[in-house]
Order: sequence, then C-alpha cells, then structure tokens
Amino acid sequence: MAEILTDWGEFTIPAAEGLRVSPADAERVSGWTLKPEGMCRDELCVPLAANSRRDGKIDLAAFWRTLGHPVLSDQAGSVWVLGTAAESRAGALAGLQAPDFTLPDLAGLPHRLSDLRGKKVFLTTWASW
Amino acid sequence: MWQELSDSLKTENFAIVAVAEESLGAEQARPWIEQANTTYWNLIDVDHRVAALYGMVNVPQCVWIDEAGRIVRPPEVAGSTDHFRRMDLATRTMTAEDQAARLAARTAYMQAVRDWVRTGRHALDADAAKAKLPRISPEIALADANFRLGIWLRRHGREAEAAGFLAEASRLHPASWNIWRQAAEKNETGLAAGPEFWARLQALGDRPYYEPPDLPGF
Repeated sequence: MAEILTDWGEFTIPAAEGLRVSPADAERVSGWTLKPEGMCRDELCVPLAANSRRDGKIDLAAFWRTLGHPVLSDQAGSVWVLGTAAESRAGALAGLQAPDFTLPDLAGLPHRLSDLRGKKVFLTTWASW
Repeated sequence: MWQELSDSLKTENFAIVAVAEESLGAEQARPWIEQANTTYWNLIDVDHRVAALYGMVNVPQCVWIDEAGRIVRPPEVAGSTDHFRRMDLATRTMTAEDQAARLAARTAYMQAVRDWVRTGRHALDADAAKAKLPRISPEIALADANFRLGIWLRRHGREAEAAGFLAEASRLHPASWNIWRQAAEKNETGLAAGPEFWARLQALGDRPYYEPPDLPGF
C-alpha cells in the first residue's frame, strides 16, 4: 500500500514498484482518466510514456512529473507527495479569485471559505508557536 | 485577538476567518482558541494549506476578500511590528516608547479594516492587487512538497526522517518563517523563539521580519 498526499486529500491505495497503480486508482487520486490517447481530464489529453504503462498499471509519479508538478517520496517509497507546480499556483492567484479551501474547526466540523461569498472576509493566520 | 474587531463590525456584512497554521495538530491551538472564546471561524490547518495557496511566509498574515470572492489586498502582516526585535532579552521587556508604537500600529491596522468594511476604503484595484501578489517560484513549490512530507512523517512518529525533508524545505524557501519555525527548537514557553530564532532574526539585518503594510499609520 502507498500513502499519497495531494492538495485535495490523502489516499491509501495499493501500489507496486514506486507508484504504479491501477487506472481506476490513478483516476481516483489524480482526477485524470486513462483513455487510448493518454491520460485525460475534461478536453485535455496527455500521452503516457511507453514505460509508464506495464502489466495494466500506470506510473502515477512519472505522469505527475510529466505535468510539471513536484513529486517526492519517503526513503521506503511508501509515502508520496503529488505537489502542485509553481505555475499552476501562481495562475490560481493571478485572477485574484480567492483560492478556496475547506478546513475543520476544533470540533472537526468542516468550513468552506466560498460559503462566505456575499460577505467581506478578513482571512488571517496565526499559530501557537 | 480579533474578537474586538468582530464585535465592532457585527452589524456589517463581514466575516473573520482565523486559520491556525499548526503542523503538530489541532491540540496545539485548542487552549488559545478556547480561552479566546470567539464568535468567528477558527480553523485548523495542519498541512499549512492556506499558507501554500496564498503564498504566505509568516504569521500573522492576512488577506482581504470582497463580497464577490476577489482578493482586494494580498497577504500582508496583520498589525504586528518589528519593535520586539529591540526588546531586552534578559527581562523580555520593550521600552515604553516601543510598546506605545506597537500598540498604535495595531490600532491603526484595526481601523483600516473597519474603514474597508464600512466604506470600501483601502481595497486595491485589480492592477494594484496583482502587483502585490507573492511570487511563487519552482523552489517554493518544491519546498512545500518537502514540508508536506516532513510534517506527515513527523505526525506518524518518524521524526528522524522528517527532519531531512523539513530542512530541505527551509533551504528551498528560506524566506518562509512558517516552514522554518516548524522544525526549530521551542523555548520554555512553547515558542520557536530560542537562540536559533534570534540569530536568524539578527541575520535579517535591516530587512523586516514583519514587513509593514502599505496602510495609513505604518
């Protein structure tokens, strides 16, 4: 099993030899779907390198690097971070639309920033350290 | 800290969202939140997701968002000042003059927020807001990936392995105190403000730790 950390959640899925996963798991984790033309999301398809497919598995780490995103793993190759490229993050800010997020309060109740649409919002950070 | 602001604006169409950047978990923030007894949202961000999304490098940093969900002031320091850098470390005290200046800055900041909420003043137009957006480099994106892995490993009891990723994150993104202070030694009061912190602060020289916002009174 591999633990995969993304900006939209954490996933525990069966994986072998690095981050080779089934097409269904690749889709669940990444939102990209395997099609004859490659990995596809919405209208966009990105061809998969020949060595990124073997025994019905997809090398999700290699695919994520192809998209230009940072990829990291622990020494054992059992915990992975599929990061978000600087370009994508800067692009999300450039339109000035406040990037949305959902975070829990102390009781574990989730709150979504965009639910406050219609109000002025003062978003502030702090820490105990 | 923000309850006074919230109370004074409770008849306005306004919300405060306070996000605790707590890589060690919600329990670190609990005593502070319970003691503050607030009416606004107090959220826990163990992955420092908000800092990454908005390009924040320290706390407290804040963003002003209008009714349409648009950023009208990108991240800036929320009323804190650098006066503490001149404090007497033996007695942990600031001069009366510095204490007064620090309080005046906080008051000016609160007033600027109130002005914005009530009149729209201080909201930047799109070009000015874009010019103040933080730059996100490939090094920062990689630093955040290292940080994410480091704090996950630490939360799962793998401190030794975590330390390498946290150190690499700080090396890639040296401007981030948010990242650095997660790996720093804590002093007797639980703050990452031991000798290493003061040395790193001193190394800033004339550069600010809390960069003053471009608002009246700063």
